[in-house]
Amino acid sequence: MRIVEKHKVMDDMGMKRALTRIAHEIIEKNKGVENVVIIGIRRRGGPLADRLGEIIRNIEGVDIPVGILDITLYRDDLTTLGPNPQVHRTEVNFNINDKVIVLVDDVLYTGRTVRAALDALIDIGRPRSIQLAVLVDRGHRELPIKADYIGKNTPTSKSEIITVKVEEIDGKDEVLIEEKLNE
Amino acid sequence: MKLLIKNGRVVDPENKIDEVRDVLVEDGYIIDVAANIVADDAKIIEASNHLVCPGFIDIHVHLREPGEEYKETIATGTRAAAVGGFTSVCCMPNTRPVMDTAAVANFVKERALRSGVVNVYPIGAVTKGQAGQELSEIAHLIAAGCVAISDDGEPVRKAGIMRNALEYAKMFDMPVLSHCEDTSLSENGQMSEGYYSTFYGLKGIPAAAEDVIVARDILLSKLTGGHIHICHISTKSSVELVREAKNEGVNITAEVTPHHLTLTDEIVGTYDTDTKVFPPLRSSEDVAELIKAINDGTIDCIATDHAPHHFESKDCEYDLAAFGISGLETAIPVVMSLVNNGELSIEQMVSLFTYKAAQIVGIDKGNLSIGSSADITIIDPDLEKEVEVKNFYSKGKNTPFKGQIFKGWPVLTLVNGKIIASNGEILE
Amino acid sequence: MELAKKDLLGIKELSKEEIDLILDTAIPMKDVTTRDIKKVPTLRGKALATVFYENSTRTRTSFEIAGKYLSADVVNLNVPTSSVQKGESLRDTIKNIEMMGFDVVAFRHSMSGSAHYVAKNTDMKVINAGDGANEHPTQALLDLYSIREKKGSLENLKVTIVGDILHSRVARSNIYGLTKYGCEIRVVGPATLIPPEVERLGVKSYYSLSEAVRDVDVINILRIQKERQNVGLFPSLDEYSDLYMISPEHVKLAKDDVLILHPGPMNRGVEISSEVADGINSLIVEQVQNGVAIRMALLFLMLGGI
Repeated sequence: MRIVEKHKVMDDMGMKRALTRIAHEIIEKNKGVENVVIIGIRRRGGPLADRLGEIIRNIEGVDIPVGILDITLYRDDLTTLGPNPQVHRTEVNFNINDKVIVLVDDVLYTGRTVRAALDALIDIGRPRSIQLAVLVDRGHRELPIKADYIGKNTPTSKSEIITVKVEEIDGKDEVLIEEKLNE
Repeated sequence: MKLLIKNGRVVDPENKIDEVRDVLVEDGYIIDVAANIVADDAKIIEASNHLVCPGFIDIHVHLREPGEEYKETIATGTRAAAVGGFTSVCCMPNTRPVMDTAAVANFVKERALRSGVVNVYPIGAVTKGQAGQELSEIAHLIAAGCVAISDDGEPVRKAGIMRNALEYAKMFDMPVLSHCEDTSLSENGQMSEGYYSTFYGLKGIPAAAEDVIVARDILLSKLTGGHIHICHISTKSSVELVREAKNEGVNITAEVTPHHLTLTDEIVGTYDTDTKVFPPLRSSEDVAELIKAINDGTIDCIATDHAPHHFESKDCEYDLAAFGISGLETAIPVVMSLVNNGELSIEQMVSLFTYKAAQIVGIDKGNLSIGSSADITIIDPDLEKEVEVKNFYSKGKNTPFKGQIFKGWPVLTLVNGKIIASNGEILE
Repeated sequence: MELAKKDLLGIKELSKEEIDLILDTAIPMKDVTTRDIKKVPTLRGKALATVFYENSTRTRTSFEIAGKYLSADVVNLNVPTSSVQKGESLRDTIKNIEMMGFDVVAFRHSMSGSAHYVAKNTDMKVINAGDGANEHPTQALLDLYSIREKKGSLENLKVTIVGDILHSRVARSNIYGLTKYGCEIRVVGPATLIPPEVERLGVKSYYSLSEAVRDVDVINILRIQKERQNVGLFPSLDEYSDLYMISPEHVKLAKDDVLILHPGPMNRGVEISSEVADGINSLIVEQVQNGVAIRMALLFLMLGGI
């Protein structure tokens, strides 16, 4: 089996524009950012959350709490992941009670990751509400979950793979559609 | 009825024969050993590339009957012996009841005649009930056919009792077979004391638990002139004591088991209870010394200490498991591994299993002299086979050699001129 | 990265990478134990049996709560020690537990190798919770975790283990673990309680406590079993504590930031003075907390991916 690149959905500038737009939407929807906190889902949701926080700070001039959520212990698909995934820490060093949480992930697909993240969040506090921001929505939902903020809607087939790369982890920013070829 | 064993390599160390010859057997006796014997009326056994040896003798087995027939019987134990290439065995007295009276010895002999397939020589107890307090009726035991006395399984704890036993047995030229164990040093011990007992966290049995009794018995033999025989010697230090005693002319002999010659305490780490045996498997240094000692004459014979156990006594925690290895059906292939490694000559191996063993217990066996009973063991030195405990004739499947492949197996066993075992099977 | 073997029988059998994985996994587990809702759903539908043939409060409770924090069902089986040699065989007991559907068993027994025996006779995963004088791997892992958390790394530390080394599974498991990190390990105790050829395990042995603790980073103090004096291994507890009790003077001989560990339960005034047990260098209370995290990590790593 070989994985080939089919299409570049976003380059670094595209990603920057998408995040900036999402930041504006968050501010607009919540009428400012009082009580808003941003929590990224490990791994690539983490850097994306950091960047959203940074952009919002630049626009609004206030610091906004940013955290990272590790959802490994809440997954329902450990059996299908092969070798054990490494569990990492959840780093939410602020109280989430009564906060508006903007949960951030790179790709919204089946919705199972978000489901796990919702459970994980509720175990660490009682937020007023939870909103969802994703860089790419690729469809194929298996649970009744939808995003509040979407960088780009990208319809895909199930045999395709969406690969999000971020500077902090992968050395560059881009979003690719790839495909598994059975040869 | 004549049998002619043709073209085998006849190894008869007592008669200093080691060459290709034929052996002619008639009516249970050897009537000729020579090259190219012609006997038209004889049944021919082709033995080229095989070793034709005097029947092997094991002076240390536990047949468990009477009293522990669930572990072994004289019927199953002697069949295991025959399949394993042994034509004579001496059975230890730690039965229920203990073989401390002529009645029990007679029972064993009679049972052996009726249900056994090899020659069985009972060994009487040194003390009544093997309790280490009062001497058994040793003269009566000898009259009933016992060839030695021993409290094996238990040491004779009191030096004073051992002294009396040696002195008394000397009158009859009887060896005292000593299970050398100072129980205050070995108490609760599970394996040899040393690096591996530390590594595996099991209570150790120090070499000294054996050595102090070997030393004591040597001194008592010096005192009395009685024949002390050291059972299942296992430590380098005990070998050195025996070697020195022999140099001084002490009336001492010693035996070693196939497992002590080939296995070390390292293998206990699997916690496989089949590695649990008394004396315990020792270090590689001890093993090297034991191999030296079977070559330089310090050790006189190889004996299996065949100790069959019911599987439940081994299917448990290591500390709770019984001590002992079922040895009759693996002894020859295991010792052949030393031959194959160049650590022992064939001639010496045969000596250790035949006439030297016979001399210790004073039985007229162990050679292929013309006119002697036709007890013959034929070995195929090239046969490679796996130890499969499910095929054991012994009820005791407890062997650490299970599943291992060995080269050199007994293929034919004749007792009193009759083929008893052939290629791992008893011919009933 | 995952654990190579089905069971955790001893530190002997773990690679350094596996130990690192367990310790790393215990970090987020410790976070779970310190938050308000101390429960994650990851082992929902899994069942843990603790089967202890030897008395223990701490280790058993630690396994139990670790399993519960991960949402596993946990059942404690009481096996009176008196029934070891009579009654039901160990094989039968284990088979029965397996047939009730347990996935993993935390097993303690007074005899070395018993956990290996159980592992050979069941499809359940087996965690050795202490077998005789052989190993107590979860204790060593929590000790390593506690040390690493304070020191930042385990590499090349000087560690002294004090007391009854001969009978101690804690000592053995610690030695097998610490040697993998290049630590200088010293063992100290009365000669009758130092096992033969212990130096071949990669340790130095001492009889003098003052010499043994000089300039070390960690002192791990073993519990002295009071029964041992009755079989003549040392003359009295009094004499033992004169020679081997860790007091503030010994702590002064070690490095300033020396860590004091004890697997518990402590005999205050016998192997450890109260000043040391309650002093600022003592990690003894945190060890217990870390023990839960370590056992959670193990349960997750052994059951999470199946």
